[in-house]
Amino acid sequence: MLRLEKLTKTYKTGDQALKQVDLEVPQGQVLALIGPSGAGKSTLIRCINRLVEPTGGAAWLGGVNLTALGQRALRRERRRMGMIFQEYALVERLTVMENVLSGRLGYVGFWRSFLRRFPQSDVDEAYRLLDRVGLLHMADKRADELSGGQRQRVGICRALIQNPALLLVDEPTASLDPKTSRQIMRLIVELCRERDLAAIINIHDVALAQMFVMRVIGLELGRIVFDGAPDALTPDVLTQIYGEEDWEATIQTVEEEEEEAGTA
Amino acid sequence: MATRTLPDGTRTWRRFTPSQSVVRWMGWLIGVAVFVWCWNRISESTTWFFVWDAPRIAGDIISRATPPKWPYVNELWWPIWDTLNIATLGTLGSLVMAVPVAFLAARNTTPSRFLVRPVALLIIVSTRSINSLIWALLLIAIIGPGVFAGIVAIAIRSVGFCAKLLYEAIEEIEQTQVEAIAATGASRWQVMLYGIVPQIMPALAGIAVFRWDINIRESTVLGLVGAGGIGLQLSASLNVLAWAQVAVILLIILAAVGLGEWVSAKVRGAII
Repeated sequence: MLRLEKLTKTYKTGDQALKQVDLEVPQGQVLALIGPSGAGKSTLIRCINRLVEPTGGAAWLGGVNLTALGQRALRRERRRMGMIFQEYALVERLTVMENVLSGRLGYVGFWRSFLRRFPQSDVDEAYRLLDRVGLLHMADKRADELSGGQRQRVGICRALIQNPALLLVDEPTASLDPKTSRQIMRLIVELCRERDLAAIINIHDVALAQMFVMRVIGLELGRIVFDGAPDALTPDVLTQIYGEEDWEATIQTVEEEEEEAGTA
Repeated sequence: MATRTLPDGTRTWRRFTPSQSVVRWMGWLIGVAVFVWCWNRISESTTWFFVWDAPRIAGDIISRATPPKWPYVNELWWPIWDTLNIATLGTLGSLVMAVPVAFLAARNTTPSRFLVRPVALLIIVSTRSINSLIWALLLIAIIGPGVFAGIVAIAIRSVGFCAKLLYEAIEEIEQTQVEAIAATGASRWQVMLYGIVPQIMPALAGIAVFRWDINIRESTVLGLVGAGGIGLQLSASLNVLAWAQVAVILLIILAAVGLGEWVSAKVRGAII
């Protein structure tokens, strides 16, 4: 469904953020992208929807080569890729409803969006999504009145109302507490399953990634160095991705947590 | 700075080394000398007789100005209304011009950093650098005396101020919010509408009332050169030394400025 072919990004400074990355993501697969800061995780997902322009290679979404599109066609394809951000990236001074409906901007004209006259079907879908994430009562609150977890759920609604085929998720839990982080990850994974969506989730927290996804990609210095199931992440693999460190603790916590979840 | 170890092992500390201290004292000495010299030059070219006479003259004017000639107020309602209108319409006009200029000048929204941005910055600098009285004189020559010339003078004078503050606000927006809107497939204008405008609205409202407040003051003097408003009455009264009328006019201006101050404080309180 998504296929990256030798995707490369070289910044003007000469830094190679991505070095010929090849990756194939089938429909409905949720994968986690792990790696140290600066490994190119953010650059990779931003090169797919071209918030960052890749300098080489191709990214195929369905039958369309995203890297070859002009501005207008790119905007049309962006509607099929929902993005969820670190720090939520909601427009703080707009209401929750406006933020959710802004996911439909690619489908409505300028004047309709200016007058906030979105089609009734969009409004219905916005209410349905807000209800699904448990924020229906917050619809008319301003986004900056919400807590971190609530904001991220609004961010999820904004991405889903685009009716995307693919979710690009950039550090969704980086500014959330551990409990909220799990709730958000669980929600993303559940929603992807409900809608048969593929997702690429950038994530720092290896243990959290192992809990929720079916496939993990390890990125180091712009290159894929690991591609496999979550339980194949051994201390050796983590050392290869992140460098020397005592990894037993990280992996152990995961196992303990799973046991806890099993007994609960 | 100046840590020294004495022979007995104690370490002394001074903020400055001896040579730094000398330089600083020399600096003070030169400063005082320049001040004394300037004082003498100014004193030589001052007619001290008039200065010593000043309190008496001032007292004379105050005695002539009191009590204010209150019935004159009835001739001032219309001019002060004109003055407020010049300030308000001038501010609105300047915002209409300043918003596009600000978007062209801000680094993150300008279509071209090397062609368009310098032009926008030139507009900002040039409109700001000319006083509104001078704009009024120019415009009276072009479109004739009256309120309209005053409105246009205030509008042009304020473009630079409003555009400068606004483009700084645009440059300070959070780029991730803009990215998020762009990522939905929104068009360039929709990104502006949803990603940028909400972020700069508080700044825009604050700038508007702040400039309106300033423009009330500026428009009170425009009448001096014939561009409408209460300044006309002020200059007429000053010319015939009608101090009791001048007193009434000044009090009315004070009241108008106070009103502007109060409204802008209320508005700013409401939007933050």
